[in-house]
Amino acid sequence: MTDALLTLEGLTKAYPGVIANSDVSFSIKPGEVHALLGENGAGKSTLVKTIYGLVKPDTGRMMLNGAEFSPANPRAARAAGVAMVFQHFSLFEALNVAENIALGMDNPPPTGELAGRIRDVSEAYGLPLDPGRMVGDLSAGERQRVEIIRCLLQNPRLLIMDEPTSVLTPQEVDILFHTLRKLAGEGTSILYISHKLEEIRSLCEDATVLRLGKVVATCDPREKTARELAEMMVGTSLHTPEREGGETGEVLLSVAGLSLPAPSDFGTPLKDISFDLRAGEVLGIGGVAGNGQDELLAALSGERAVPPGMVRFKGRDIGRLRPNARRALGLLAAPEERLGHAAAPEMSLTENALLTGDTREQLTSNGFIKWGKVRDFAARVIDAFDVRTPGTETAAGALSGGNLQKFVIGREILQRPEVFVVNQPTWGVDAAAAAAIRQAILDLSAKGAGVIVISQDLDELMEISDHFTALNEGRIARIRPARDLTIDEIGLMMGGAHDMAEAIV
Amino acid sequence: MELGQINPILLIASLMVASTPILLAAIGEMVVEKAGVLNLGVEGMMITGAVVGFVTAVNSTSPVLGFIAAACAGAGLSLLFALVTQYLKSTQVATGLALTLFGLGLSSLIGKPYAGMKAPPLGKMHIPGLSEIPVLGPILFQHDPMVYLSVLLVAAVWAWLKYSRSGLILRAVGENHAAAHALGYKVVRVRILAILFGGATAGLGGAYVSLVRVPQWVEGMTAGAGWIALAIVVFASWRPWRVLLGAYLFGGVSVLQLNLQAAGVAIPVEYLSMSPYLVTILVLVIISLRGNHGAPGSLGRVFHASH
Repeated sequence: MTDALLTLEGLTKAYPGVIANSDVSFSIKPGEVHALLGENGAGKSTLVKTIYGLVKPDTGRMMLNGAEFSPANPRAARAAGVAMVFQHFSLFEALNVAENIALGMDNPPPTGELAGRIRDVSEAYGLPLDPGRMVGDLSAGERQRVEIIRCLLQNPRLLIMDEPTSVLTPQEVDILFHTLRKLAGEGTSILYISHKLEEIRSLCEDATVLRLGKVVATCDPREKTARELAEMMVGTSLHTPEREGGETGEVLLSVAGLSLPAPSDFGTPLKDISFDLRAGEVLGIGGVAGNGQDELLAALSGERAVPPGMVRFKGRDIGRLRPNARRALGLLAAPEERLGHAAAPEMSLTENALLTGDTREQLTSNGFIKWGKVRDFAARVIDAFDVRTPGTETAAGALSGGNLQKFVIGREILQRPEVFVVNQPTWGVDAAAAAAIRQAILDLSAKGAGVIVISQDLDELMEISDHFTALNEGRIARIRPARDLTIDEIGLMMGGAHDMAEAIV
Repeated sequence: MELGQINPILLIASLMVASTPILLAAIGEMVVEKAGVLNLGVEGMMITGAVVGFVTAVNSTSPVLGFIAAACAGAGLSLLFALVTQYLKSTQVATGLALTLFGLGLSSLIGKPYAGMKAPPLGKMHIPGLSEIPVLGPILFQHDPMVYLSVLLVAAVWAWLKYSRSGLILRAVGENHAAAHALGYKVVRVRILAILFGGATAGLGGAYVSLVRVPQWVEGMTAGAGWIALAIVVFASWRPWRVLLGAYLFGGVSVLQLNLQAAGVAIPVEYLSMSPYLVTILVLVIISLRGNHGAPGSLGRVFHASH
């Protein structure tokens, strides 16, 4: 134990009604990549917040480099060499990249010099980032780069990474892993939290598994299969989704030459996107964050009107219809941002159920809300999708990311869409919940709906898609059956081989 | 009467005097809102500053002491707001409104014996050399020190928010208090300091009304200037130089319409009286149509330092 960088001994932290951590002990050696595994709500977040000085443990102690370590606040933790990349980005939207990074440093250099260092580090690690851009205009993937670079600039001895790869492309993940291995080789320890078990198996040398706040196992993840790791985490057997491979039917949604200017200075214009979506089909759309994913979803859901003739639903031109009119027809969508876009954080689950469910579930009459019916609908979503919440009146923002995601996906699926468009359905969701969501999407398509899944998780797309394409700078690549794609071909599609961008009719 | 009676140089010079109370209150409130706090008590802090400044100046025969006392009184009243909203987590809107009502009542109580008295005059400070310039000299450089101070304050706030680390931290706290807390910044402390600053400048603005503009004590004499200051902050998109523009625009049109009334222009007085409000809001709305002008992300939201 004396050679450990960080040792945790018997850490316990209880909140009213829930014990977040119970007698947690493990240690991290210098230069080690240590995985922390567990479902949402297993206590991972509380544990890393304790190490980062945001939470005070009730009992137990920590040793850093052989000395007592009890950081009073994150500043003290940073001074001791602990840096952290948050799962929910702690970024300031109205400030630019350099200002955001300066706020995370204790003694930032002058602005000009800092911008230069940001460029150096971002290029060295293959995470391109312009220091002068407003964070509010960045995509989720780009925001994460800001967080990662902010940490790397501090030369930490222990780097805590909470779900760092959920929005990166495979190429970016490779580069990041290369970086992390290099950092580990230089003696920096890394505490790595991820739901992606394959990643943990390829990257980490040691793993601690948490379940309901307790350490249930410690293992070398390289010697275990992903399935074994997942079962340690969940405690039960996993239900992996299987593609039923059903026949696809009539064309439900037809997009022809869809082009739209960028919605803001930093948005992406859509360029000549064409595809057909058939009943029973799952179309997977990959691509690096910020290549038109949000814009495509907005054009399909009706948040942005499109010129006539570009989007047809069962032959009818719907380009000018607003989201509720499209919902009435059977075209439903679930956007990427859970808080603020898919759900109103301060409102209860019941109220959030009403917001998109009104049109198809007839939850109002003559302008009056039928609260009983709304509550029933919310309760059905909670029930069918195993949303863990005290009840229907809990605020959406109080749910954990995975539970809220299950709720917003379930809310749309229970409205029996004929076409369902979803962006990043399992981002930041634990393995069990992700499997449930994917299965629900597959079940939906098996019942004859057409589904478009926009995601940056390629494993997910390969698992559930019939057809695959990728967005690059607002164009899509030629659509290919997902079954016979190789990883090289996918990389080529995502990298934007524009000559492949011809439409398939 | 003829429009020719209006002397443009005197008009513009008096514009700066007329605008100073609103400018002082608005620049302070802008800093408060940049920190994510909406203090609707500006009017109450101004009127309290006005009465305390007047009473102190009359009793000590020193207008400078009056201004210092007014700043302390405004800050003191805002401390009440700070404690209630930041520690007891009360709603900022209701607390601010209560602060205004409290300030109005308190000021009439304190000011009763002083009605009708005259304030000791605050001397003009002619800037040597510059004040001799024809036209520009009388307009810009023959004022009392508070006019210069208010403009310097705008410049200082602008530079501080833009270039200093503490200014960046204040903006971060206002933009996303949860993230600022996660990075280890003291959200409550930053906000209390901002609230105190806003209270002090509102007090100065009030004292400028009772010691320079009028200069005597009349009940309710700030007459809504605090509300105008609040509106200017919003329409100025939380930018210091636009706050200056808004305040001068409002002051300018106020002075102009008074002169027009005096000159007997054939426009109903009611239209002239409403013109400063209309023109200021119209111009600032047109300016803010372009570009990024969002409110601070955490404005008005209660901060709980949860786990």
